[in-house]
Amino acid sequence: MIVAKTGNEALAYAMKQINPDVVAAYPITPSTEIVQIFSNYVSDGEVDTEFVAVESEHSAMTACIGAAACGCRVMTATASQGLALMHEMLFIAAGLRLPIVMAVASRSLSSPLNIHGDHSDSVASRDSGWMQFFCETVQEGYDTLIQAVKIAERAYLPALVAIDGFILSHCQERIEIFDDRDVREFLGKPKPNYNLLDWRNPILVGPATLQDYYFEFKRSEIEGMNRALPIIEEVQEEFKKRFGRGYPVLEEYRCDDAEAVVLVMGSACGTCRVAVDHLRAKGKRVGMVKLRVFRPLVHPLLKKSLAKFKAVGVLDRVDAVNSYGGPLFTEVSSVLYDLPERPKLFSYVYGLGGREFAPEDATFVFEQVLSGKKDELVTYIGVR
Amino acid sequence: MLKLQDLAKNKELFSSGHRACAGCGEALAVRQILLAAQPRPVVTAMATGCLEIFSSIYPHSAWQVPMIHTAFETAASTAAGVEAAYRFYRKMGRIEDDIRIIAFAGDGGTYDIGLQALSGALERRHRFLYVCTNNEAYMNTGIQRSSATPLGADTTTSPAGRVLLGKVQHRKNIMEIVIAHDVAYAGQTTVFFWRDLASKVQKALDAPGPSFLNVLVPCPLGWRHQPSETLKLSKLAADTCYWPLYEFENGRYKINYEPQKKLPIEEFLKPQGRFRHLFGIEEGAKVISELQRFVDEQWDLLHRKQALFGASENKDKD
Ligand SMILES: Cc1ncc(C[n+]2csc(CCOP(=O)(O)OP(=O)(O)O)c2C)c(N)n1
Ligand code: SF4
Repeated sequence: MIVAKTGNEALAYAMKQINPDVVAAYPITPSTEIVQIFSNYVSDGEVDTEFVAVESEHSAMTACIGAAACGCRVMTATASQGLALMHEMLFIAAGLRLPIVMAVASRSLSSPLNIHGDHSDSVASRDSGWMQFFCETVQEGYDTLIQAVKIAERAYLPALVAIDGFILSHCQERIEIFDDRDVREFLGKPKPNYNLLDWRNPILVGPATLQDYYFEFKRSEIEGMNRALPIIEEVQEEFKKRFGRGYPVLEEYRCDDAEAVVLVMGSACGTCRVAVDHLRAKGKRVGMVKLRVFRPLVHPLLKKSLAKFKAVGVLDRVDAVNSYGGPLFTEVSSVLYDLPERPKLFSYVYGLGGREFAPEDATFVFEQVLSGKKDELVTYIGVR
Repeated sequence: MLKLQDLAKNKELFSSGHRACAGCGEALAVRQILLAAQPRPVVTAMATGCLEIFSSIYPHSAWQVPMIHTAFETAASTAAGVEAAYRFYRKMGRIEDDIRIIAFAGDGGTYDIGLQALSGALERRHRFLYVCTNNEAYMNTGIQRSSATPLGADTTTSPAGRVLLGKVQHRKNIMEIVIAHDVAYAGQTTVFFWRDLASKVQKALDAPGPSFLNVLVPCPLGWRHQPSETLKLSKLAADTCYWPLYEFENGRYKINYEPQKKLPIEEFLKPQGRFRHLFGIEEGAKVISELQRFVDEQWDLLHRKQALFGASENKDKD
């Protein structure tokens, strides 16, 4: 069925279809609506979910962990300061190998306060052991949230699905939604690793470990992430088979004979597509590489893809404040390091705090990358 | 009335072999609580702190009941998640058992960093028992002051020095904060009074909503007393009225223990190294008398609450 929905509406609708066992959440712009809309489904009895309107994001993630440790299928949504407040608990969710799924409407971090979209929040959580998906469109957000449940439960890892704040969370798009029944059938029932409530077979979840075991636990968690990529691809295949739609982990757009490409995540992929089409019409050999999965870092795919080009511009909607460019830029630099011949790499930071990123901005980037010349280490697009 | 021989027949759900210091009141409290909880099936959560460290160092566990530990400030919110899962399973007919949930946290995890999560969980009326194992400081990180630390106590962040004689503020009244949440049951007790503790555990677990127990657990390391004196200090805390045994149930206050002879506060302070600096100097005597005044005032206030909101007078109207 084709409907018009904002990103938040679409994610809330996906949550309804997923029908999670427990949702614990706390409001924050621009993700508030997701839970707000979802709580209507709870009030109207359209889902079986036990909904806990907690007093903070810290408790939201904690309650999710408590419920997931009981084998429940658990979800939440947040953004920005909320995700930052959860930070401590994100590591605990991952360390306990709990397949919690979280929708994030990405937003900048204070200070100064700003409610608009950039990737500061999600990217700041990149080392917490969560899988991270960045979506280009509302449709992709809807599809990915459903997939993420299955991926998380198969990989025994939590998953974060990000849509760009306001740009996707609040903009209406024409999307195709599936039947409730099909979604529920696709997901099946969760098969938890353990259930704390099984009191006849008591277990201890989250013990203290010292020098003699901590490393082994972490190593096995790391191994879990190492094995996530094939699981993601497998679930995407199943999704495609079932619903006729799919997204590669890494997509090359008009890259075949390209000399210069940009690597980009999130809604700016759409903007870059427009710029690519425009430049291609003028005979310029440019293309776009869209990165959909940020964690696990899909280094073999990145390496294989980017090695082909002469020059790559890496677009970050966040700065690492490290005096050396955006986080994706530095990661990609290290991924490409051991190639015998490396493409030239350019770092661009754009769109902080919701700053407009127009096709002209993308065109500027392409032209610079094509020229192979650049004065500054990092270019900040559109800063006055 | 609860009998010791009945409790003794119950299973030890907090087993020996944990790593608490000799004479640890906290270990004692947890053991007694799990004995008293039976035969109800319980699922438990705990905060980071001494309890977690001495009971859960992998690959060992002292817990014979399900236990989850997540972080320091999260005993209540973890329990809230567990309770939500339990409610979900009950609703869906996937669990029939009448399971009770108990959260354990120290005074630091309760009075300070975990207060928000506790308040939220109480307000949402999750049905669980929250136990504060109160040793009046952050013992696990090396005896730092908390807002449960009494006036004058020497801790590593309120050290007794040339100018300041230990902690300069009185402790916070967590019971009133909890009671203000309109809880189903709240009780204060300490480990010497095993019957009082056990019956409070049972009442709290059977209460129809959230319940709370504030249990004073002497800590030989932090209080600097002999391990053999833990129970004696626990009793002295009540006999000096420093630690009144009372409960709040259905809107009524009840004092559960009236010492035959109310002892002066010095009796409680003297055996403890954390108050040693107060003795033998004039400034120290002032702190002791301020502590005495505080204890008297609180004890008196409690009596007035009992008189105003007590059980006896309202009985006929039941
Ligand atoms: C967010 C956070 N801050 C600080 C700590 C360090 N920490 C661990 S246990 C603890 C003190 C515990 O004190 P209390 O709750 O009173 O329990 P006790 O050890 O005295 O039983 C502290 C400060 C932590 N684990 N997490
Ligand atoms: S430091 Fe105190 S509370 Fe901690 S284990 Fe030792 S006696 Fe118990």
